[in-house]
Formats: sequence, C-alpha cells, structure tokens
Amino acid sequence: MVRPPVLTERGHGKILKLMQLSGNNGDPRPPVTLCQLRRGQEAVVDGFDLPEEVARRLMELGFLPGSAVRAGRSAPGGDPRVFEVDGSEVALRRETAAGIRLRELRAGRTAG
Amino acid sequence: MEKEGTCHTLAVASAGGVASIADHTVAIIGPPNSGKSTLFNRLTGLRQKVANYPGVTVEQRRGKMQLTGMRHVELIDLPGVYSLQARSEDERVTRDVLMGNMPGTPRPKAIVLVLDSTNLGRHLMLAAPILALGIPTLVVLNMSDELGRRGGEIDTADIAKRMGAPVVLASAARGEGVEPVREFLMGTLAVPAPLELPVLNNPPACRAWAAQVSGRAYRPPAPPQWTKRLDAVFLHPLAGPLIFAAVVIAVFQTIFAGAVPMMDWVEAQVTASGKWLGVVLPAGVLRDLLVEGVWGGVGSVVVFLPQILLLFLFIGVLEDSGYLARAAVIADRTMAKVGLQGKSFIPLLSAYACAVPAILATRTIENKRDRMATILIAPFMTCSARLPVYTLVIAAFIPERPLMWPLGTRAAALLGLYLLGFLAAVITARLLKSSILKGERTPFVMEMPPYRWPTAQSLGLRLLDRSKVFLRRAGTVILAVAIGLWIMAHLPLAGGKAPEIGDSVAGTIGRTIEPVIEPLGFNWKIGIGLITSLAAREVIVGTLGTIYGIESEEDAGGLQQALRQDLTPGGAVALLVFFAFAMQCMSTVAVVRRETGGWSWPAIQFGYMTALAYGCALAANYLVTAWLGA
Repeated sequence: MVRPPVLTERGHGKILKLMQLSGNNGDPRPPVTLCQLRRGQEAVVDGFDLPEEVARRLMELGFLPGSAVRAGRSAPGGDPRVFEVDGSEVALRRETAAGIRLRELRAGRTAG
Repeated sequence: MEKEGTCHTLAVASAGGVASIADHTVAIIGPPNSGKSTLFNRLTGLRQKVANYPGVTVEQRRGKMQLTGMRHVELIDLPGVYSLQARSEDERVTRDVLMGNMPGTPRPKAIVLVLDSTNLGRHLMLAAPILALGIPTLVVLNMSDELGRRGGEIDTADIAKRMGAPVVLASAARGEGVEPVREFLMGTLAVPAPLELPVLNNPPACRAWAAQVSGRAYRPPAPPQWTKRLDAVFLHPLAGPLIFAAVVIAVFQTIFAGAVPMMDWVEAQVTASGKWLGVVLPAGVLRDLLVEGVWGGVGSVVVFLPQILLLFLFIGVLEDSGYLARAAVIADRTMAKVGLQGKSFIPLLSAYACAVPAILATRTIENKRDRMATILIAPFMTCSARLPVYTLVIAAFIPERPLMWPLGTRAAALLGLYLLGFLAAVITARLLKSSILKGERTPFVMEMPPYRWPTAQSLGLRLLDRSKVFLRRAGTVILAVAIGLWIMAHLPLAGGKAPEIGDSVAGTIGRTIEPVIEPLGFNWKIGIGLITSLAAREVIVGTLGTIYGIESEEDAGGLQQALRQDLTPGGAVALLVFFAFAMQCMSTVAVVRRETGGWSWPAIQFGYMTALAYGCALAANYLVTAWLGA
C-alpha cells in the first residue's frame, strides 16, 4: 500500500516552496530549455520532454521540477556541459539538456 | 516488497537493535562518490577498489570484519546507486542483494548506509527506499572533515530522531567516526525510537522527505572552491584538452623512463638468485629445470612488476582525484563520433591496465548496444600485459635518442603502439555501431565528483591487489607454462640425453607452424612464444627466456641480444603489431563469455582480432623490409 508522502506539516524547506510553484503553467512564452542557458546563468527546472527513464535518472541527480539549476563549464565546443543543481555538478549532452524545460529563476524568487 | 518491510523494521528495532548480527551478512550501500568503499577498506582492511567515478564498484566485494574476539560479520560492498530503481546491471545487483533475491548471497541482516554529508539533501533521497526495506540500518554521514572545512553543520541526533534510525558523522578517509559502526553491529549503539516512515516511490517525494528530515538540523557547506578553481583550468576550452594530452604523455614517459631503475634492481635480484641457485644446488635435472625453466621463464616476467604498478598508480590517482570524470566530459564528443559515449571512456581507459576489470566496468553503461561495443573493443587498448613484450622488443631494436622533449625515441615508439591499438578500437567501434550494433544515441548523464586527494590507503591497497594478481599469475599460469615448456624442450630423450632444442617436442611444434608465420618474419622460436602466449600475452617473454636460457650455456647479454639475432627489423615491427591486435588472453575470453552470456561473441571477437593481427603484421613486415632494403 502506498501512503502519500508526509510533507505538509513541516513544509518550510526552500525546495518545498519551489515545488508548489511547479504547478503554475500559465506562462504564455515558448518554453526555454536547459541547452539555451549560458555559462553562469541560472533558472528553475520546469519539466521534461524526455523518455520517462531518463527523466527519472535526472530527477535522482537533482533535476527536480522547481530546483534551481546553473550552467557551468563545458567540454571544448560547448558539449557536454556541466550543470550545478541541488549541491551536485552533473554533465549533460546538449540533446539531453534540450529536453529539460525551464522557468526564469526570478519568477521563482519573487513568488517564494 | 516495501509494504511488509515497514512493520519489520519496527519489530526488529524495538527488539533492541541488531544484537544478533555476528556471523551474518551486512551490506554497505550508498550513492556513487559517497566514500563507501573507503569505509569498507577501513572496516575490513581487505583489498577493494575505491574511486571517484560514479559506479566503479561493479563487482560485489566482500570482506570479514572482526567485532570482538571470535565474532565476525561478513561485509558486502554493494555498487553505488542513486535509487532502488534497477536500470543498469549494478543497480540490479544492489537491489537483488537487498531483497534477498541474489542466489548465493543471504539477505543482509543489517545495512550501513553511507551518504555524503557535504551533499546531504540529495543523498538523503536514497535513505527513504533503504529504510523502507525494514532491515536495521545505520546511516553514516561521511566526509565530515570536508563538511567542517567548508563551514557546514549537522545535528545528527535531530536527524536520527526524524528518520527513526541511528545516524553517525564520520570521515572514512581519515578513519574518524568509524568506531560507532562497530558498536552498531555489536548492538551496543543507542538506537532512536523507530518511526513509521512513508513509502516513497518517486524522486520528488523522496527529495521533499529528505528536505524535511534534514530541515534545520543541516546547514549545507559552502560550494567547493577548489573544485571550481581546478575546473576553471581542467575544463578550460583551450588548456583543458592540452592538459589532457600532457597528462597522457607524462604517464607514458614516466612508465618507460621512471620505472627503469626499479626494473634494473628487480632484474639484478632475479639474476643473482638464479646464479646462486646454480651454485648451491647439486647438478642435475632439478637444477636445470629450476634455473633455466623457472628462473628464466618466471623471472623475466617478474621484472616488469614495477612498470605495471606505476601504470596502476597513475590510473588510481587520476580516478580517485576526480580528474577522470572531467576527462570523460572532454572525451565525450570524440567518443560520440564513433558512436560511443563518455561513459565508455572510463572502461576503455581501465583497459589500458587490464581488459578484465574494464569489461566488468562496462556494467555501468545502461545502453546494451553501447555496452557490447565497449566490451568488444576493450581488448584493443594496450593492457599492461603487452608492456613486457613491447618493452623487450623496443629496447632490443630501437636505440634511445632524445626526440622531442620530454619524449625519447623509445617512449615515442611505445606511444605509437598505444595509438595503434586505440585506432583499431575506434575503427572497430565505428564498424560495429554502423552495422550489427546500430541504435539510437543514448543520453550521457554523469555526476562530476568534487576533486579530492587520493588517500594513501586506497592507492596502497590497489597496488597491493595488483601485485598479488600479477605475482599469482606469474606463480601459476606462467610457472606452469615455463615448466611444461622446459620439459617439452627436453623431450624426447635420445640415448639418455636431451635433444637439441630444435629437435625437441617444443621445437617440432614451433617448426610445424613456422610456414604459417614465416611471412610475418617469425621463426619457430617466436612461433612457440605465440602459442604459449595464448594463455596470456606476457608469457611470450618468459617462453623466450626459457628457450634462450636452454640454448645458451653462458648468459649471452640477455634476451635483447638473442632477439636481435633471431628477428629482422621487419619481423620485430610485425611482432609488435601482432601483439597490438591479437586477443592473446584467456582471462579476457572467459570474462567476455561470462558478460555476453555465450560463446558466440568471444569467438567472433577472437577470430576478428587474430585475423586483423595477422594481416597487419604481414603488411608491417613487408613494408618495413622493403623500406629498409631500398
């Protein structure tokens, strides 16, 4: 039997606030993806256009909807690129990064 | 599976922790880069590979840990996983062991969960499914020294209360905080009141739970400044690839030049002890067998131990420091061009040490086709067993001259052979991925561990392990071949006397295959070496040592001079090329059979590599002879 996660009582973590935001899908602009992020730029993960298995692995590595992600250095030519997310650094190919939809971090901050 | 587990935890935990754990199995588990293998080393002192690359521990490692007096526990070091969702081979292994579904391995009676305290929020995600298993669990928050240095803080008592499991802070690399693990396994560690934990099935829920558990009890450390500074150099668009190339060249030059004094020393010991044996022992068959067969055969291989250890030391430092993960990022684009990915880079680099652990390391590649292609090309990488052959032939035929600082002619020749193997691998990969192993490109997702100082213990254990493997092989396979060869070289007896080596059983075998290998520039002596080296490549050195040891009464300037008399320059290059391509290794054939689940892949691989070796050696002999003759 699967019980729902107990998170409402002590929901004061930063991540939780960001998670609640992930329900806001009223943004009219076309989706920006992670591969468009330049080095040093930050944004918030919104969702995935990737096979479920890949999305799940990415989520385990910290790319959760609502998490802040920052583009770091890359291999020569810009591919693959290292991203800072949830205290880790993860290298992704451009084609994978293109499957991760973003929201502006500024939006996340003001709402939080 | 998880449903019944929750109640079980409560029952066991409330019955007083893990008092009856002695003589049972305990699993050590954690995400990649949590330092669980370092903890395993601390607890058992046994050999175990420790590295910074995600998922390097693909084999199940066990070790005995003494609790008190007669009481032991059996520790299993499980492959690093991010969750219990089994996608790759090593995740499957970990889950099967924990569920008790692994044949031959009893379900662990307790779990030591190792998490990186500098990245607790994300690492705690794994705690949710592990605690839900219902096995008594100790949570070890590792890397406490790094956490303190970077200004992070943890209230372990608070976290323990919220998880319903004991939590300790430790630094396995420094050996701090290891004692509570022993106490936990002896049942003397205070265990907090158990909690009814939610069963969490998806990453967002696990992450939210982790945030709730760590809450105010955890102040995350500042980002690792040194990692950022080093990455600014190692992942620099220009400096990065240059440093990568410089590292590779430095490794080769050091292996070749730096190992020489040590090798000379070992060789002197072998020669001196051989001479001493010749004097001390009474004349007879036994003395001849020992001095010519065993010392000549095994001794000439043991000489290469320093060189092989130096190579493993380099790979160990690169792996444990975290540089190898950066190298994989730099290499990914190139690997993608031949249809592979950055993840294949680590197994392929390990294959420079030995193809066997490399093929086992391919289990971390989730995509089946990529994994198969990596397995099939791994034996082309210049493994350490080729080094003795290369070193011998290069030293015999190429004079040492400075070429382009810091590279000398011999090191350049060696580097050329490494490139040759690499090229064959690339072309083969390309062929495979555009034909029988054609498939979609798979995502390259790799965690970059922070740079860390490799620990002396981890490197030491690794080298000890390698020495044991190498010497065990010298003491078994090579010894058996040396003795068998010596006997075959002394039969059939003619009038109570051993025949000339050319007329012996071994000589006859060599002469039988001589017509086949003659076009390559090899004579029957090399032919015997080619046959014996089917067991393992370096055996050819021992074989030639035995043959020439029998042939010459006096030590006539060693193997190099003997080789110069027997091989033309064309034949020497052909021999090098043959060894670069041929799959002369029983262990590799065996491990490919095991990993691919049948004989067809290893058979195809063996046939392909031998044909390639023969064809290219033939061409090399022809070209070099024509070039030198003109």
